[in-house]
Amino acid sequence: MIKLNNRACEWEEGLTVQGLLDKKRYTYPKLIIKINNVLVPQDEYTSTVIRDGDDVKVIHLLAGG
Amino acid sequence: MNIEKLKSAHKLLNEYKYELGKIEKGYTNRTLYINVGDNTIKEKPVTQLMKDKFIGGKGFGLYYLWHAVTPETKWNDSENEIVIGSGPIGGITQYPGAGKSLVCSLSPLTGMAMDSNVGGYFGPLLKFSGFDALELQGKAEKDVIIFIDGNKGTITIEEAPEEAIDSHILGEQLTEMYAENEEDKRNISVVSAGSAANHAYMGLLNFTFYDVRRKQIRLKQAGRGGIGTVFRDKKIKAVVIRFAGVKGNLNNADDQGKINRTGIKLHKEIHDFDAQQCRMRQVGTANIIEVMDQYDLLPTHNYKFGAHPDTYKISSKVFTGMITQNTPDGCWYGCSLSCAKAVDHFELKTGPYKGQKVIVDGPEYENAAGLGSNCGIFDPHAVLELNFYCDTYAIDTISYGTMTAFVMECYENGLINKEITGGLELNFGNAEASLEMLHQMARGEGFGKLAGLGVRNLKKIFAEQYGADPVFLNDIGMEQKGLEFSEYMPKESLAQQGGYGLTNKGPQHDEAWLIFMDMVNNQIPTFEDKAEALHYFPMFRTWFGLNGLCKLPWNDIIPASNKHSDEPAKIPEHVQNYVELFNGVTGKNIDKEQLIIQSERVYNFQRIFNIRMGYGKRIHDAIPYRAMGPVTVEEYLSRAERYDGQLKELVGFNPEGKSTEEKMAALRAYREDQYQMLTDAVYKRRGWTMDGVPTIEHLQSIGMDLPEVIEVVKKHL
Repeated sequence: MIKLNNRACEWEEGLTVQGLLDKKRYTYPKLIIKINNVLVPQDEYTSTVIRDGDDVKVIHLLAGG
Repeated sequence: MNIEKLKSAHKLLNEYKYELGKIEKGYTNRTLYINVGDNTIKEKPVTQLMKDKFIGGKGFGLYYLWHAVTPETKWNDSENEIVIGSGPIGGITQYPGAGKSLVCSLSPLTGMAMDSNVGGYFGPLLKFSGFDALELQGKAEKDVIIFIDGNKGTITIEEAPEEAIDSHILGEQLTEMYAENEEDKRNISVVSAGSAANHAYMGLLNFTFYDVRRKQIRLKQAGRGGIGTVFRDKKIKAVVIRFAGVKGNLNNADDQGKINRTGIKLHKEIHDFDAQQCRMRQVGTANIIEVMDQYDLLPTHNYKFGAHPDTYKISSKVFTGMITQNTPDGCWYGCSLSCAKAVDHFELKTGPYKGQKVIVDGPEYENAAGLGSNCGIFDPHAVLELNFYCDTYAIDTISYGTMTAFVMECYENGLINKEITGGLELNFGNAEASLEMLHQMARGEGFGKLAGLGVRNLKKIFAEQYGADPVFLNDIGMEQKGLEFSEYMPKESLAQQGGYGLTNKGPQHDEAWLIFMDMVNNQIPTFEDKAEALHYFPMFRTWFGLNGLCKLPWNDIIPASNKHSDEPAKIPEHVQNYVELFNGVTGKNIDKEQLIIQSERVYNFQRIFNIRMGYGKRIHDAIPYRAMGPVTVEEYLSRAERYDGQLKELVGFNPEGKSTEEKMAALRAYREDQYQMLTDAVYKRRGWTMDGVPTIEHLQSIGMDLPEVIEVVKKHL
């Protein structure tokens, strides 16, 4: 299991940041993603692997019209 | 069009000459008062108190409105005013989104002070013509046009019997009539309503700007709350302003260099990031249609659901293909975010202009969601046609969409039938019926005329005259304070329920949009966290309306620094931009905390204005259950796994073996209780009593303890 935005979330071996976004259907483009408080650059979403127990934050920056 | 013939039918009722003014640090220091009942035209000084306590824009509008009306005044009494103003920053051309006008009036839908913001050139041109705000009061006997020539220093009130009423024609006629030549048309802005505003309570005001590339007028809308209905009730056909000579330093700012530097920084961000972020320049606010669907937030079938399999038919990709490309349009000079989109040569299939090719200003997100998905309509042509007719007839697309979704659900549930609707088959998805209802509204006929009274009045009529269950109507009728909800699903975000419900004018998202912070990001988990957000964001966003600014450049473009911020939702770098702009224009020296206090004064004033008018208490902040959770078995079952999980995890209720009705009752009790606890927390944070009344101590602490304000509050403590 991992923590995703302070909620428990299922984890699987080899899960990448992009894999997590796909799984959660997080399609919005303006995101800030941190793993254990370390920023993940957008061009590393597909190569960054999430480990079991990680604290992941996917912050959506949308605040309406 | 025979302009000379139209013009020759005018009868001059009054002419007023004035000294051209000079703007000092964002203010002209005077306002214009016009009474169309007795044709009075006069100037008023802007006092230091107004500038210190109310700043400008919406603040000036509420201040004048307060002093114009009494607690007994109704929207259609002659003393009701329409006040239009920009704000001290309004009209600068160096920073995107600085051309907004703010409009205030007592609303036909709510009975309280309404504020609505709008693009187009009118507000800045009014200031450059010498006035920080315009008050319109009284009622004319026959249709009149007011013309302000900001170069010659003349103001006229003219009877105008022959011009069109609908805005897409009237705007063209008056631009042609009052411009001195083709080149001068860019210096004209027209405020007008439309034929449906003669009958419906949800009438809007159109503000034009002249599109020099298309050589046509464009329409921007002060949509919310029926101010166009007040305009037509006063028999004002249009207010026209002309000012030639717009340039970047007309505000006579204290520190022009500071404004220039701040603007350049944002222009670069837009250049670098917009194509990857919101695509405002490409498709405008419609960029979020499919995003809302993917997060189960796009209202469909009267807010029953948050997604629909057919959303792809009205996605931003579809509209991108219909919008004329390579012409990023700003509704004021210097706005590089350029969200104002248009579909050119759009051939109408229905109504009085059937067969004509017109320009459609849109679609914006709210139009696609309100006129489209919420009514089960996934035909992009129908959405655009509804969009066009709402605009030119002067009908608020949000209120129209939410009202139509409501009557469609009533129709499908047999609460109303074809006999009542005059034959309209108002099933979800019937675009033809929605269009016909809109045309009826414009003609003042049939069910369309009734529908124009809005959801609150329809609930009463359906219950009292047609025997519909009032409890069910109140559950599914998505209005609060008399105003229809805007187009986002708040069911799964308690904070957004507060963002809609704990507002001054009603459920419009321009105070707070907290769904992602709350539901997805989980950044505000406790009541206190949510209350803090429901304090900060409404206050921050109020500030745009005090200064003549658009909200979009705040957070629809994100600077590179934001990912390192401790408070990314606030976009701290952009908040500082606004501090710089205010100080740069006015010469004052506020910081980001004082910015919030400026808003807090006006926000609390508006709350107390509501109380003065007989509203503004806790009971008025209640919201329909459809905004909180599933009203029907169909809704519950559509997201049963989610709701069953919440019953187990949050409510402590084991759903095993329980009927859907039992589970719905348990969930409802929990969610309604949560909303009450949120209300307690928000009132406490805002310095209000548990009945929602600002305390005298709080008013003193923020400097809004004016005698007339305290006098109202005392009666309710």
